[in-house]
Order: sequence, then C-alpha cells, then structure tokens
Amino acid sequence: MDDILIARSTFGLTMGFHIIFASLGVGLPLMILAAEILYQRTKDKDYELMAKRWTKGQAILLGVAIPSGTIAGVQLSLLWPGFMEIVGKVISLPFQIEIFAFFLEALFMSIYVYAADRLSPFMRIISVFLVLLGATASAVLITNVHAFEGTPTGFRITNGEVTDVDPWAAFFNPSFLVTAGHVTVSAYMTGAFMIATIAAFKMLRAKHLGREYLFHQKALLLGLILGGTFSLLTALNGHESAQYLHRYQPEKLAAAEGLFETQPYAPLAIGGITDPETKEVKYAIEIPWLLSFLAANRFDEVVVGLNDFPEEEWPPLFIHTLFNGMVGIGSLLVLVGFVGFAWKKLLKKETFPRWAMWIFVCGGPLALLGIEFGWVFACTGRQPWVIYHVMKTAEAATHSEGLGLFFILFLLVYLALAVITLLVFYSYFKRHPLRPLDGKEETVK
Amino acid sequence: MTDTLIASILLWAFVIIYSVAASIDFGAGFWSMVYLNHEKTKATNIANRYLSPSWEVTNVFVVLIVVALVTFFPGATYTLGTVLLIPGSIVLLLLLIRSAFMVFSHLVQKYNKLLSVVSGITGILIPALLICVLPITEGGFIARFQGVEQLLLTKLLTSPHVLSYIGLAITSTLFLSSLLLTDYSFVSKEREAFAIYRKDALIVGPVTLLMAVLTLQTMHLEADWLYRRLFAHAPLLLASGVCFFVSYIVLLLPQQRGRVIHLPRISVFFAILQYLLASYAYGAAHLPYIVYPEVTIESGFTHPSTFRALFVSYIVGFAILIPGFIYFWRMFMKDESYLRQKP
Ligand code: HDD
Ligand code: HEM
Ligand code: HEM
Repeated sequence: MDDILIARSTFGLTMGFHIIFASLGVGLPLMILAAEILYQRTKDKDYELMAKRWTKGQAILLGVAIPSGTIAGVQLSLLWPGFMEIVGKVISLPFQIEIFAFFLEALFMSIYVYAADRLSPFMRIISVFLVLLGATASAVLITNVHAFEGTPTGFRITNGEVTDVDPWAAFFNPSFLVTAGHVTVSAYMTGAFMIATIAAFKMLRAKHLGREYLFHQKALLLGLILGGTFSLLTALNGHESAQYLHRYQPEKLAAAEGLFETQPYAPLAIGGITDPETKEVKYAIEIPWLLSFLAANRFDEVVVGLNDFPEEEWPPLFIHTLFNGMVGIGSLLVLVGFVGFAWKKLLKKETFPRWAMWIFVCGGPLALLGIEFGWVFACTGRQPWVIYHVMKTAEAATHSEGLGLFFILFLLVYLALAVITLLVFYSYFKRHPLRPLDGKEETVK
Repeated sequence: MTDTLIASILLWAFVIIYSVAASIDFGAGFWSMVYLNHEKTKATNIANRYLSPSWEVTNVFVVLIVVALVTFFPGATYTLGTVLLIPGSIVLLLLLIRSAFMVFSHLVQKYNKLLSVVSGITGILIPALLICVLPITEGGFIARFQGVEQLLLTKLLTSPHVLSYIGLAITSTLFLSSLLLTDYSFVSKEREAFAIYRKDALIVGPVTLLMAVLTLQTMHLEADWLYRRLFAHAPLLLASGVCFFVSYIVLLLPQQRGRVIHLPRISVFFAILQYLLASYAYGAAHLPYIVYPEVTIESGFTHPSTFRALFVSYIVGFAILIPGFIYFWRMFMKDESYLRQKP
C-alpha cells in the first residue's frame, strides 16, 4: 500500500468509528429532551425513568465520542497538513465556533449528569436542551467544512498563494445549509430508531403486556414517531442534496448513478455493479427518465455522464452501491416508522405482531449503516479531490513515513473500545435492571 | 499591538490554562491509582469526585489549542503536523483509552480498580509525551530528507534536555494536582485525605524546583539561543521562584479552618501564579519563533480577514459561554452538598 492510501484508510477508519458515537450523541439528547418534556406534561414517571436511563447511555457514548473526535481533529492536521493550511486561512470559522459548541455540550452534560438531583425541573429541561443544541451545533459546524470541500468559495489561488479571502462567504458556501440539514435530521432519526431498537428487543424478552413490556412500548412508540418523522425529512432533504450534486459536483452524481453518457431523459439505475470496461451498470434495474427528474424535477433535464470527464478524475465507481444502500435504508425506514405508528394509533391495535418487532429491532443498526454509507459515499465520491477542483488529496497528504503501524494500532484500539463499550452497556444495564413500579433508580455517584 | 501578537497571546493563554487544568486532571488520576488500596482514607474518592465532572471540559482545551494553532498559524501546520505525527498519534491513543475508561469506571463500579490503574498510568505518560513539543520547537530535532521534514526520534529520546523536560512535566503534574487535592479535601472536610495530599505536595514540591533548574541547565547546552533570551526576562523568573517559596511556606504553616481565605487556597494560587510567570517568560523568549529557526509567527500567520472574523467570534463566543462556566463552577467547586457527599 502506498502512503497516501494508508493515510486515507487511517482517516476514514477514525471517522467511521467516530461517527457512530457522534451521531448517537446528537440523536440521543433529542430523545432525552422529548422524554423530559413528556414527563413534565403527563407526570408519567415512566418518562422520567426513560430520560434517566438514556442519559446513562449518553454518558457512556460520550466517553468514546469525545476522545475519538479529538483524534479526528488532531489527525486532520497530522495526516492532511496541506489541506489544513488552506482550511486555516479560509474556512477556520466553523472549527473555531465548534469549540464553543463543545464547551456548551460538555458543561451542561456534566451538570445534567452529575448534578441532576440538585436541578429544578425547569433547569433540567434547559440543560438537556443546551446539550442538544451543543451537539447539533457541533455536527452542523463540522459539516460546514465538509460542505466547503465540495463547494469551495470565498477565496482565490494565485501563483499558489491564497488570496482574496472572505471567511463568511466560505462559511455560507452553496451546499452548507442542505448538507448540514441532512446530517442533522439523519442523526436525529438514527437516535430515535436506536431507542426503538432497544425497546423492541426488550419487549420480545419481557412478559407479554406486563409492566416492563408496557414501559418499553411507550419508548418504542416515541422512537417510531420521531424516527419516522425525521426519516421523512432526511429523504426529502436527501433529494435536495442530490440536486445540489447535479449542480455543483456532476461527476459525483454520475458515479453515484453509474451514468456514462450525458443525456436528457436519463434513467435511474437501482442496484447492480458499475463496470468501467463496458461502461454500464450490470444487473441493475433501470427506471427510465427518473434520474433526470430527480436531478432537476423535469424529465428533459440533461444529466452529465462520466464520459465528459477525464478518467483519472472519476471517483471510485463502487460509490454507486453505497448510494443505493443509503437511499434504500432511508426509504425503508420511512415506511417502518409510519406503518408502526399507523398500526398502533390509526388502526388502534394493542400490540405489534412478532415479525414486526424484529423489523423494529433492525431499525437502529440500519440507520447507523445508512450514516456510514452516506459519509463514505460523500468523502470517497469527492476523490481525487480533497477540495473540489482546487486541491488533490495527494497534495494534501503528509510526507511522513511509517503510517502503517499507526493504522494497525488505531484499528486495534478502536476494536477493543467497541467491544468494551458493548460490555459496559451490557453490564451496566444488567446490574441496574428496570424497576418501573417504584420508579426509583440508583443514580451514579 | 499587531494581529500576530494578539493571536500569539491568545494561543499562549489557552496553552497555559490547559497545562494547569490538565496537570491537575492527569495528576488526580495518578493519585487515585496510588491510593486505591487505602480503603479508609477516601483519598481515591476525593480524586475521583474532582475528576468526574472536570475531565470533559478539560479535554475541550486539547481541541481548542489545536484549532487555535491551525486557524491562527496555518503556515506552522505543515511543519508541526509532519514532525508531530508519531508523538501526536501516541498521545491520541493514550487519551482515547484514558477518557473512555474514565467514563466507564464511573458507570460500572466492578472494574473500578483496573480502570483507575489505566487512568493513573496514562496520567503520567501523557504529560511526559506532550512536553516533548517544547524541545522540538526549540530546534535541533528536525532534519530534511529530500525536502521533507522529519523528526529525529533517536536524538529526541536520548537528549538530556528532553529527558529533564519530561522529569519536569511529571513532577509539576504531581505537585499541582496534590496541591489542588489538598485544597479540595480541605474544603470537603476529609481530614485524612487532606493530610496525605499535603504530605505529597510537600515532598514533590522541591523535586519540581530541582527539575526546573536542571532543565534550564540542559537548555543552556542544547538550545542556547533560548537560554540567553530567557535571561532577558530574569526578573520574571525570579518572581516565579519567589511565588514557589510563598506557596510552599504557606503549606507548611499550621492549617486551620475559619479564616476568610483558607491557607491551602493561597498555596494553590501562588503555585499557579508561579507557572504563569515562568511560562510567560518562556513564551516571550520563544517569540517570534514557533519552530526555531524555520517558522515564525509572521511566516505562519493566517489571512488577515480570517483573523478578524476569528477574533470577533472568540469575543462573542466567550461572552456567551462565561455564564455557563460560572454556573459549572458553582455546581462542582463551591456547592457544599456536592463536595461533602457520601461516596
Ligand atoms: C441515516 C442516514 C441517512 C439516510 C437514511 C439518508 N442519508 Fe443521505 N447522507 C447521510 C445519511 C443518510 C449522511 C451520512 O449524513 C451524509 C454523508 C455526508 C453528508 O453530508 O450527509 C449523506 C449524504 C448524502 C448525499 C451526498 C452529499 C454530498 O456528497 O455532498 C446525497 C446526495 C444524499 N445523502 C441523498 C440521500 C437521499 C436521496 C436519501 C433518501 C432517502 C438519503 N440520502 C438518505
Ligand atoms: C464522520 C463521518 C465521516 C466519515 C465516515 C468519513 C469518511 C471518510 C473516508 C472513508 C475518507 C477516505 C476517502 C478515500 O480516500 O476514499 C475520508 C477522507 C476525508 N474526509 Fe471524510 N468522513 C467523514 C466526515 C468528514 C468531515 C465532516 C470532513 C470535514 C471536515 C471530512 C473531511 C475529510 C478529509 C479532509 C479527507 C481526506 C482527504 C480525502 O481523502 O479527500 N470528513 N473521509
Ligand atoms: C472531520 C470530521 C470531524 C472532526 C474533526 C470532529 C471533531 C470532534 C471533536 C474534536 C470532538 C470532541 C469534542 C470535545 O472534546 O468535547 C467531537 C465530538 C463530537 N462530534 Fe465530531 N468531528 C467530526 C465529525 C463529526 C460529525 C460528522 C458529526 C455529526 C454527525 C460529529 C458530531 C460530534 C458530536 C455530537 C460530538 C460529541 C461531543 C461534543 O459535542 O462535545 N462529528 N468531534
């Protein structure tokens, strides 16, 4: 493996690890806030207990989200010094402001977790809200840098020097709002479906219609309603993101769809494998005209194909599969959320059939998989550019050698941490089983 | 004042706040390991009670420093990023392990001991590695091979100057943290823990001073440019030394409750003042170099319009956050019911 490939793999590995904890770290506070508010409104102790237990979960996740995020931040400078030099000159505002978001979240998370018993109900809601605000803001701001990489604005390069910098123009680069919106709502939906997953799993184990069963059913419904809503928003906004690709990064959209010929009335290819030799997507289901419509809301829109670009600037073609995976998961979960909601609330059935419960169990992991697919698609689909049409990844990379060892070390530590995190979850909730009747729960010391 | 100077001072301030906060954090982890088996004394509990709410906030400062460096001095990123890859990655791995285990040990008491050991060991290793950034920026450890900068690892690890820095980092960490824990256990009315930490501070203090003097000597040998410039600030160094003695003597006095400001707090104050003065002198002597002799604050500086936007965002951001910090402080450092809680 050459050094650049190792650097890319190391960074991708770190991000792929961080994003699991980060997305849940954005999504869970929303669920905790919802439970706190429901408790204050209904005075149903179950919701208070939910908020407490989810907060424990959030604390465990943060224990990994924060250091892995710190690694991500430092690795950006260590592995991509060339990139960070431009970032420092042009798009440093979001990094800077993000620090304040981190502080906000860290301060109020500590207050909410370690001082919960000393807070008034009002201050508890405010604290969780500020945690949610901090987490969402950190996601939005870091995504801003990612958006800038795809649609760089606010500077010029003359003779290799960065000139005419307008930091706010860079900040409000064209794809910022759409991309940040997509990341945020997809994180919310993931948090909600994760809750649904756990609740459904517990219900399968619990005594049918027992006290514990009913407790988890409330959590399940909350998860399905919020999850369904946010997956609908994710899908709508994802459609918008695709239209932005059509406008600003046409080769990424072309590779995502395996389109080679530039054409109006372009077809949408679902599934299959893109073959660069024959220039077609093998084994795919083609829906005529749909791609043109998706790209610009009209059938005669001309969609640019890969043939219009030099082959060395093509993104890797496997992103077609990642894109399909993300969109497939998104569409499925919209359905799951609403069918679940309708079954219970519109059809007024008392319980779900068992097979449906197993589908709910899959929801959370699927959403996480969607996030992984989406990010690898977005970052790998930008290749060979680290800043679209400005800087190649190879120019940004470090010249240090011996990265391979660190790749392996990081891989091992991430694996170990993933296992330990699962063990901690298991052993914590095993030793603190649900006792909904007395509503009392041991607090952390 | 020029923009570059403002940026340097801000960065310097972040580094100082972090070094003090992190020394206390890392040291507290170490002490909680040392007193793990003293079931009676609660020394470990005291250390842990301080650590639990604070490490997350302290950790943000790591990020803050990296971000401030990259955003203010992107020109320094290339050199620093390249040469710090190896030590930086090791620190990152240790931080990851430590932070994760810290949180877990609070949730799952069963593994408390093992986890305290992890946080204790990393609590010593991390400062020892972090401090190596200083001698690296003082010059002599970077070479160019075919136009690419590289860190001379063997030279680094065998240099007496680097070794004495490492010694200084470890002893300062232990000194500051034992001092703060003295104060903390005093406020919490934990007599035995108080006696233990006070004794530790009294032992480590003089060793720290010794290491500081030793480091100056090795600097004379290996980074003479800095040594000479440092003595342009001799009065500051002297004042710093005086602060150390004040802090130490106050700690030696008989300790009672009931005064307006209790004595351990005064000790902590002077100890921190001592570090502020010394590192101000160090920073001032180091300027304008970020990495001697290649990168200066001028050559590495960001674009002026970016700097202005950043500066505004710092002011607005801290103005908004300061009430949050005050609330946090009142919750954990002053709230009697938190400090006295039963373990
Ligand atoms: C649960 C996660 C999830 C789900 C269900 C979806 N997405 Fe997504 N998508 C993401 C999670 C995500 C993401 C991980 O958050 C990405 C990666 C980078 C980004 O900005 O958001 C992303 C990126 C992303 C991009 C690339 C943006 C870029 O490269 O700049 C497009 C075009 C879409 N999405 C489109 C969709 C569509 C049409 C969906 C239809 C249902 C969809 N996404 C569902
Ligand atoms: C958290 C979710 C993310 C994941 C899973 C992810 C994944 C990846 C992967 C797999 C690569 C390697 C691409 C390749 O070489 O094929 C990569 C590269 C990169 N990503 Fe992301 N990424 C994420 C978020 C971000 C964000 C928010 C930014 C913006 C700050 C970003 C900036 C970069 C940069 C600078 C590179 C290296 C240069 C390059 O390969 O283009 N990534 N990422
Ligand atoms: C290149 C990409 C990224 C970098 C450099 C990065 C950096 C960081 C850092 C430094 C932290 C630790 C903050 C602390 O010390 O408290 C962190 C935590 C976090 N990150 Fe990331 N991150 C990246 C991608 C993302 C993405 C894409 C999301 C959103 C979905 C995200 C959401 C979070 C959240 C929610 C936390 C939790 C802790 C907190 O906010 O304090 N991060 N990240």
